[in-house]
Parts: sequence; structure tokens; C-alpha cells
Amino acid sequence: MGLLVSSAQTLVEKIIARASSRGSVTPGDFVTVSVDLAMAHDSSGPRRWRPRLEALGVGLWDPERVVIVSDHYVPAVDAASAAILKDVRAFVRDYGVRHFFDMRGISHTIMPENGLLRPGMLAAGGDSHSPHGGAFGCFIAGFGATDMTAIAVTGETWLTVPQTRRVEWDGAPGKGVCAKDIMLFLCREIGTENHNLVIEYGGSAIAAMSMDERMTLCNMAAELGADTAIIEPDQKTLAHIRAHGGEVEDASLKRWRSDANVAYESVFRFDARSLSPQIAAPHYPGNSGALSDFEGAKIDQAYIGACVGAKYNDLEMAASVLKGRSVKSNVRLLVAPATAKTTERAAKSGVLATLTEAGAILLPSGCGACAGMGHGLLAEGDVCISTTNRNFKGRMGHKDAFVYLGSPYAVAAAAITGEITDPRDFLS
Amino acid sequence: MTTTGGRVWLFGDNIDTDVLAPGHLMKLPARELASHCLKAVNPVFAKDVKPGDFIVAGRNFGLGSSREQAAESLKLLGLRAVIATSFARIFFRNAINLGLPAVALDVSDAFNEGDAAQIDLHKGVLKNQTSGTEHLFPAMAPALLEILDAGGLMPLLAKQLAAKKLRDAPRHPD
Repeated sequence: MGLLVSSAQTLVEKIIARASSRGSVTPGDFVTVSVDLAMAHDSSGPRRWRPRLEALGVGLWDPERVVIVSDHYVPAVDAASAAILKDVRAFVRDYGVRHFFDMRGISHTIMPENGLLRPGMLAAGGDSHSPHGGAFGCFIAGFGATDMTAIAVTGETWLTVPQTRRVEWDGAPGKGVCAKDIMLFLCREIGTENHNLVIEYGGSAIAAMSMDERMTLCNMAAELGADTAIIEPDQKTLAHIRAHGGEVEDASLKRWRSDANVAYESVFRFDARSLSPQIAAPHYPGNSGALSDFEGAKIDQAYIGACVGAKYNDLEMAASVLKGRSVKSNVRLLVAPATAKTTERAAKSGVLATLTEAGAILLPSGCGACAGMGHGLLAEGDVCISTTNRNFKGRMGHKDAFVYLGSPYAVAAAAITGEITDPRDFLS
Repeated sequence: MTTTGGRVWLFGDNIDTDVLAPGHLMKLPARELASHCLKAVNPVFAKDVKPGDFIVAGRNFGLGSSREQAAESLKLLGLRAVIATSFARIFFRNAINLGLPAVALDVSDAFNEGDAAQIDLHKGVLKNQTSGTEHLFPAMAPALLEILDAGGLMPLLAKQLAAKKLRDAPRHPD
């Protein structure tokens, strides 16, 4: 067979080709790319960067392209976490970082909230849930601290060009079913080993989704084991960027999309209309099934938090279930809004009052208990249902605590009854 | 690049970053954190592991967080290499960046806990010295071997910066 070369490219291939100054790239190519934006937080960033930068005797390649967010050890709970946060402030000052968000919320939500992500960008995040930002049509993947240090110094990194797997959802999901259910379903159906792949979401269900919900889909590409996830931009994407102080050209809609005739690694098609609420059982996101399989499991704590599970839409979903109802007396419902602006918006809309009137306890914005830090950790034998993205053994406290993952609807419903309950029972 | 006498520790599928480096202990100094490595799935591992030992594991090793401490803990405990059927992307990069060889190879069935192993990264050979079997793997990308041979990405970067005199970046203020 002769050379059969298609010039059609996926969105991800177009971004990587642009960032590696090549006309085109092919999956499997080992390339060096220029990074447009680098994000790090208080746990993975400055405390691990500074000694290395000092040893190398260099500064940041471009302080304007570096975003630092203190979201893990916030607010300080002891002298050790206070020292980490203090060091971050000193680093930002010494190295001239302007995009610094100190205890304003979780990095992945902070970046779009400040219009920092645009279609076609290649961004690196010092956190595994960086794929979150793929909802804005950019290639953004997670990296460890050494990779991030090298990026901070050189503005470059290496990639093996991933294949693109298209995952389409059509139809409108029923009441009480949302993007989180889609992700728990996918963790089971397409598995957690989508290695060397980027998930590109599409279909009418995704087109109809809010940006908050699209971020949920991309965020949990981390749980799918994919390099990252991406959604082709549409008018909703551009409107969100502009409403949050970012600049983006209309032309990006045409430029930053996969070619119509492109050959994907594979295409999966699902019908959102037939999806029911989903739950992942301890200790693994892929250990998921229909919520009905877990109905009646008793819980001690309900947690609404994290980048994936405490955006404004998530709080709204929980409030729609909790409105006029109360958290069961022996259950604790903890709510940590993703960002300070999320809290502000929920306070203005009344969503926050609905939650607290039902008995929710409000926690600071940050990674918190989801990352085993801050408030709301679990004791031995505790059972928690959580809107977060991971339920690994020991992640939220004691190694012998048990965490179920569910949607904001499902977590709110369990808080009312003290056991896993179909949230549709509470939605009119 | 050949060593002898490393002892094999066996682990299953989906060894995640929270069992490698628990989140609630991440404030601890690196060596102290390493003493809790894998405790949730094998209480004696961090205590009894010896420099030069190997991990042989199943699928999706290192899934989860980007926390480099997951790979760093294994490096500090002296692991010679982690062999797993497959790796999560960020863990794999972190391991190589810290100079800890991570080799994708499905050999869980070819080793028993405590077997002696030996590896040659350049030739792509893993030996089970106890059973006398040899397992071949494709050579790593030259760029990754370069990082491992330098002892990690930071030593390599230091070398490159020195060589290229890339000193035009703004200096850290005194």
C-alpha cells in the first residue's frame, strides 16, 4: 500500500502542531512544544520550584504566563500550612508573578473565572485535574512539579502526540441527571485506562450544557486516565470567556475545531436520555453503577466540594433538592464552594441560604477534604458521599473510611435521608 | 546500568497516588512521607524495602494526583525500578523526571514476592534471577533515557543550561 496521508487533523493535533511549530503532527510523534500558560498551586508549585530555580540560578521564563493559586493548604490550619502559604507569597513577589490568587478558590475554576483560558492555547497545569480547562477548547494537561519547574524555566516541554477519542452524547438528560453522572458512567463504560488518548466530547447534550457542566466532563478525564479532554468552542464558550474578562476572536470558532472528515481513534455514542443517576462505590471511581444498586447505603457525611463538584451549577443542583428540606439529624452536610466568587454568586441568588437553611455547614473555598487537607476529613469507619472526583483509599482522611462519589443531586438527597437515595424523588 | 540482587515487591492493579503518598501527610518532610508509602496496601513495605529493590505491579500504576511525592517516595526508599503492566501518564513522567526508571511490562505472573531481579534499561532486559527467566521490553525513547542517565530532569536541565549559557532569563533577586 502506498502512502495514505490524510491532511485532516483533530483539534488537539492542530494545537500541538501550532505549539511545536510544525505544519501537522501525527499521533505517536515525540515533540517539543511551547507552553502558552503555566499554572501551579501551593502544594505543587513554589515550595518545590524555588530550591530548584535557585540551584539552577535562573528565574521564570515569562512571569506573565505563570499563574499561581494557593488552594490546597487554605486557609492555614497549623503553623506548617501557614509557612507554605507564606512561602508562596514570597515567591510571587520575588519572581514577579502577577496572576496570583491567594485563597480565592480552586485553581481549575479560578482560571476560567478570570478569562485566562482561550481556544487553541497549550497550557500546563501542576495538578492532575488541569484537564478541567479543556472545556474552553484548549489543550491543558496535568504535570508534576519537576516537569512544571522545567516549563517555568524554559517555557517548553515534551509530549507524545496523543490519539483523539471522540465521545458523543445526544439527547437531553432527565431531571436529576447531570454531567457528573455521565462521568461516573464513563469511568465504568470506557474505563480508567484511556492512556495516550485525549477525549473530545461532542453531541447535542454537550452543546446544550452550561460551561460549568462541560468543565465537569473535562475535569474527570483525569479519572479516565486520558492525557486530557477537550470540547470544541462554540458561542457559549466565547461568551463565557468575554464575560470573565478574557479576550477571544470570533475566528477561533472556525480555526479551533476538528476537521469534519478526521479519523478519530474511535467514536463512542451514548444517549443521555437513558442515563440514570450514577454512584461510584469505594475506593475507585471506576467502581460505579446505577444509583439504584446502592440505594439504602447509610452515610455519616455528605460533602459538596472540589473543582469538579462545587461550581455554581453544582450548588444550584444541590439547592434544588434541599429546598424546604432538612439534613438528617445524625448526618453532616459540608459545603465548600469552589471559589470565593462562587460563594458571592450563590449568596446573591439565594442558593447559599437554601443550603444553610437545610442545615449545611459552610467551609472555606479550596481543595479541602477532597485532597485530604483542611476541614471535613473522615475518621476510621466513616462513610461519606461526595461530589468530588476521587474516592481512593485514605484520600479524604483515615485509610479505613469509605467514600461514595455522586452528583450534587445525589449527595443532597443522601444528606436528607442519611442513606443513598434517588434524588429524583425530591425533584418535581 | 546493571545491578544485581534487587528483591521484588508485588502489587496489584490501580495502585493510586493516595496510597503512594497520602494527602493528609503531604506536609511532612519527604523522607517521613516516604515512610508511609504504600502502607494502606502493604504495612511492612516502607519499613522493609531495601535500596535496589523492585516493584512489579499490574495495570494503571500511579493513577490519580500529579503529586510528585508519589514517585519521590519510591525514589527515596531506593527502588531500582518500577515495572508495571501500564502507568498513569503523570506518574510515569514524574518517575522519569526524578531518575526513577518506570518500565511498562506485563510480568506480574513471572515473579513471586521476594524473587531477585536485575534490569538493563539500555538493552531492554529484565531478569528474574530466582526463576532464571528473561523478559524483553522495547528500548525507551532516547530523550527519556537521556533524562534517566543524567539522574533526572533537573540535573539534565542544569547541564543544558550550563552548556548553552542560557543565562538570559531574569535572575532571582539576591
